[in-house]
Amino acid sequence: MSTNPLAQFVIKPIVSLEIGGIDVSFTQSALFMLVGVVVTTLLMTLSMRSKSVVPNRWQNVSEMFYEFVAGMVHENLGKESRKYFPFVFSVFMIVLMGNLLGMFPYSFTYTSHIIVTGALALAVFFLATLVGIVRHGLHFFSLFVPKGLPILLLPLIVVIEVISYLSRPISLSVRLFANMVAGHTMLKVFAGFSVTLAATAFAALGAVPMLINVALIGLELMIAFIQAYVFAILTCIYLKDAIELH
Amino acid sequence: MDAEAAKLIGAGLAVIPLFGVGIGLGMLFSSIINAMGRNPSVADAVKGTGLFYFALIEAIALFALVVALLMLFVI
Repeated sequence: MSTNPLAQFVIKPIVSLEIGGIDVSFTQSALFMLVGVVVTTLLMTLSMRSKSVVPNRWQNVSEMFYEFVAGMVHENLGKESRKYFPFVFSVFMIVLMGNLLGMFPYSFTYTSHIIVTGALALAVFFLATLVGIVRHGLHFFSLFVPKGLPILLLPLIVVIEVISYLSRPISLSVRLFANMVAGHTMLKVFAGFSVTLAATAFAALGAVPMLINVALIGLELMIAFIQAYVFAILTCIYLKDAIELH
Repeated sequence: MDAEAAKLIGAGLAVIPLFGVGIGLGMLFSSIINAMGRNPSVADAVKGTGLFYFALIEAIALFALVVALLMLFVI
């Protein structure tokens, strides 16, 4: 017996709802997004309640997240970092929560859907572009002209730069979504091996794929963190490009 | 050729980029080990940057995987 490893990504409605012919059901994807927001909010508020100079365990956790992201934003944006920290931190936490909540058995990984990561990436893209245009006006378009460019190459390079700029949200979203899909599919495929072996004469061998799966879950936890980190740091880099224009 | 067969062959061809990804990851990790071996005091910085570029290179493999999955299940 083996089940389709991609079946875990099917979105199922919990409360079916339709307004004006548009399906706005409350799905398990929405539920886990809500759980992610609630967990983040509780972690950040409850753990910081005591505000002690010597942090207790929970306060340490939230300070770790804060300092990690604050350091990352400061490294890239310097003086400006205070202004953009809330946005980068929110993006980091929502991606991290999506990746980590998905690691629980029977849960759902909302970052494994291109629509979710695509919306996040587009928000980042539009914010960076808006920041660039508001700060520099038309001068923003000098972003597409590298310094010291020979005039002959100008039409070619500008087109390439524009395409590479426009493909940023695509690469940002597909990177996260593909990582999550590939990781969870791999876990399901190995779990499927266990189930298939257990039905044969070599039932004891079914433990081998399961042990591999345990190691893979460790790898997936690492990837969950790395992908959230990469998403956040690329957000910083795009903002930096918009602010400093090379 | 049968359309179904062409689809399967195409999906196989779509993951050829893994060749380059393998070379890239090998070069990345060899230089990380090199750097840490030569100067252990920079190990933390090198590891952080290395993991970042690891994710960027790995993404290429995953783009290929997405194309392969699209060929198998969507088209």
